[in-house]
This record gives sequence, C-alpha cells and structure tokens, in this order.
Amino acid sequence: MEAQSTPVNYLPIIFQMIVALGFVVVTMVVTHLVGPKRKTSDKLIPFESGIESIGNARQPFSIKYFLVAILFVLFDVEVIFMYPWAVNFRDFGWAGVIEMFIFMGTLLLGFIYVLKKGALDWE
Amino acid sequence: MEITFVIEKFVFITVIFGLSLLVAMYSTLAERKIAAFLQDRVGPNRAGPGGMFQPLADGVKMFLKEEIIPTQSNKFLFIAGPSLAILTACIGSAVIPWGQDIQLFGKTIALQATDINVGILYIFGVVSLGVYGIMIGGWASNNKFSLMGAIRAASQNISYEIPMGLSIIALLLVTNSLSLKDIAEQQHGFQWNVFYQPLGFLIFLVCAFAETNRTPFDLPECETELVGGYHTEYSSMKLGFFLFAEYINMFVSSAVMATLYFGGYNYPGMDYMNSLLGPTFGPLLGMAVLFLKIFAFIFFFMWVRWTIPRFRYDQLMNLGWKILIPLAIANIVLTGLVTALVNGF
Repeated sequence: MEAQSTPVNYLPIIFQMIVALGFVVVTMVVTHLVGPKRKTSDKLIPFESGIESIGNARQPFSIKYFLVAILFVLFDVEVIFMYPWAVNFRDFGWAGVIEMFIFMGTLLLGFIYVLKKGALDWE
Repeated sequence: MEITFVIEKFVFITVIFGLSLLVAMYSTLAERKIAAFLQDRVGPNRAGPGGMFQPLADGVKMFLKEEIIPTQSNKFLFIAGPSLAILTACIGSAVIPWGQDIQLFGKTIALQATDINVGILYIFGVVSLGVYGIMIGGWASNNKFSLMGAIRAASQNISYEIPMGLSIIALLLVTNSLSLKDIAEQQHGFQWNVFYQPLGFLIFLVCAFAETNRTPFDLPECETELVGGYHTEYSSMKLGFFLFAEYINMFVSSAVMATLYFGGYNYPGMDYMNSLLGPTFGPLLGMAVLFLKIFAFIFFFMWVRWTIPRFRYDQLMNLGWKILIPLAIANIVLTGLVTALVNGF
C-alpha cells in the first residue's frame, strides 16, 4: 500500500483553485469593461426563433429526466462501494471475490428490474 | 511547510495552467484545420502564416463583443454558469503526473502538482462537477432551448458516469492503487494497461466523449433542434468560457486516458534514454512523450467529430444504459476472475 496522504498533499489543489479562480474573475471583469454596451429592449428578450416568446421556461418537463437522475444516484453509490474492494483486491482473496460477485449480482437484479419496468425506454 | 514549497507549487501550477490554456487555444485552430482537411478545404489562413494567430484573434474578438444578460434571466446564476464550467475544467489537471522527478537548479522537483492517494476519485469528482456549470447556465437563461439543452446535458453526463466508474474499477483490479503517479510508474517499460484492459479502455473512451459533450454525443448543443443548446443566450466571453471549457476538458481527459491506459510519460527504451540524457532532460523527454500521446488523443477526438454523425437521444441513452453498463460489469467480472486465477492471491 502507498503512504497515507496528509493534508499538506491537498494544499496544491487549493492553489490550483486559486489560480483558476483568478483567471476566471480577471477575464470576466475585463470582458465586462471592454465590451460595448448598447442595450435595447428587443435585444434582451429570450431568443425564440424570431417570434414573440410565449410564457417562460420555468415550467414542468418530462419526468424521464428525473427518473434517470434518481437511477444515477442509486447506481453511482453502488459503484463507489466497489472502489475499496478493487484497491484491496489482493488482500481480500477469494472470499472478497465471492462477496463482491454476490453484491454485483444483486445490483444486476435491480438493473434488470429497471429495464423490465421500462424506466429507460424513450419514445 | 516552508515558503519555498508554496512558491515552487504556485510556479509549477501556473506553468501547467498556462500550458493547458495554450493547448486548448490551439486545439480550436487544430479543430478547424482538421475539419478543413477532412472536408477538402483550406481552413483559416488569413491571420498570420497558415492561420497561426487565428486563436488570438478569436480570443480578442470574444473580449470585444457585447455582453448580453437577458432581462428574464437569473442574473447571478447566468454569470455563475460559465464561470463554474471553466473552473471545474481547469482544476482537473492538478493530480496528473506529467513526468518523473526532475533535477532543476540543483533541486529535485516532482512534475505533478500533488500526488494524493485518491487521485482517480478526485478526477472523477471534478468531472461530475462539470455538469453543474452547464445545468446552471442553461436554467438561468430562462429560454426553452437552453433549458432543454441543459437537461439533456445533465442527463447524458450522469448516465455515462456510471459505465466510466465501472471501467475504472476493472482497471483498479489490475493496478491496486488510486494514485495516478503509482499507476504511471507501474506501466514502466512497455507494461501499458491498455494491453490488460482493452475493453475497459474502449468503454472509458466512449464515456470520455460523452462527458466532454463531443460529437457523436453533442446533443446538449444540437443546433438542428435546439438553436445553440444550453448556450443559446450567451455572448461575449461567457460563451467563450463554455466553448473553451470543452477544449480544456478534452485536454484533461486525453491526459487522463494517456496516463491510465497508455503508460503516461513512459515509453519503450526509457531507462536507456534517461541514462543518456541525465536527470534534467530525461524527464523532460518523458513529458514530451506524454504530450505527444495527449495530442494523438485530441486528434482522435477531432477525427471522430468530423466523421461520425450525431446520435439520436434515445440511441444515446440506450447505448449508455443498456450496452455500456452490462459490458462494464462483465469486464469487471472477467478481470477479477482472470487476475485471481492467473496471479493467485
């Protein structure tokens, strides 16, 4: 196993965030100051292929997207469970392999249920 | 912790950051040149010799355009969207090992911002954050096209994250480490992971295309249906940020693929070259090799873009959920069994 990471190891990530944030803020401010400002009321309405916009975009949309998001949360959590096993694969031996295969079998059953229910069918 | 450590890291990070911006800038020119080549055209050739200054001209143009914030939009989120998109694209490169330790000015410097033992998880987390920029920007525009583009982007990115995570698990069974430095070191010689994980690499590659919203998975900005997709309402540098973030993402994911599967900075005959060139230029050559691999991947991204048409939305979802996830799970089972049977415990 590799050495444990100490908090100092994570400092450069914060440095990188500072550098990136600096770049973003400076660019945003410069472009705000440099660009021309000739605003008209027609220019500032939402674009809808040139016709007058009807209502606004704050309205319900297909439930399918929500379903995909919920399924993602479920499966992604299961996937994260496999990481420690994969890293310690050699230490766990055959017992670990069998246990993880049972876990993956259960996961697969849930996956087949989702498919059979038609949760992922788009028409 | 000393002040020299902080300075050293800041300088290194700034250099890598500048380098990634430069690569992203010239990727835009390369994209147009490659598109022109594939379509039997000349491509941009007015700004400078062979169009060399085209990216600079584009950048200046982006700065000088009028900033438009639609009246019905949510102003704060409208600005936060593109900023977040480029911010998450820029911080991903922190854990990528660019080369072996280098001797510079009598000091040994690691060619990596930081070697944390959860490097892959960090990359994975940053990639997941990328969807927020698009989602927030698209929603804040208060435009129906933007909203649809943003929802598509969110749903596509999260769908392809699952097979991506699963393909990495199969890779971890081979490497037994989450640190990118360890993984790169293990591939020393010609022990590249792609030979042990060909199927895993293919799955990862497809997911990388989907995560960076590149053709054939660029449905979020599908111009035939959604005008401009999630950035319909954007102009000036905010639009530039969205477009630029895509190229930086492409650079970072190419670097990750090269490191995970294609040996990173390793190349055959590396020990001999290192003994020949010494501790300063040897690692630099390794870094050059890594960049060559990255450019090869970026070229592949562009080649695919101008060759393959766009997927339909249901095809995209079917590929992600019904083909890639079962394939990735089969790959884990296969890798686990083969590793256990061949190597024993």
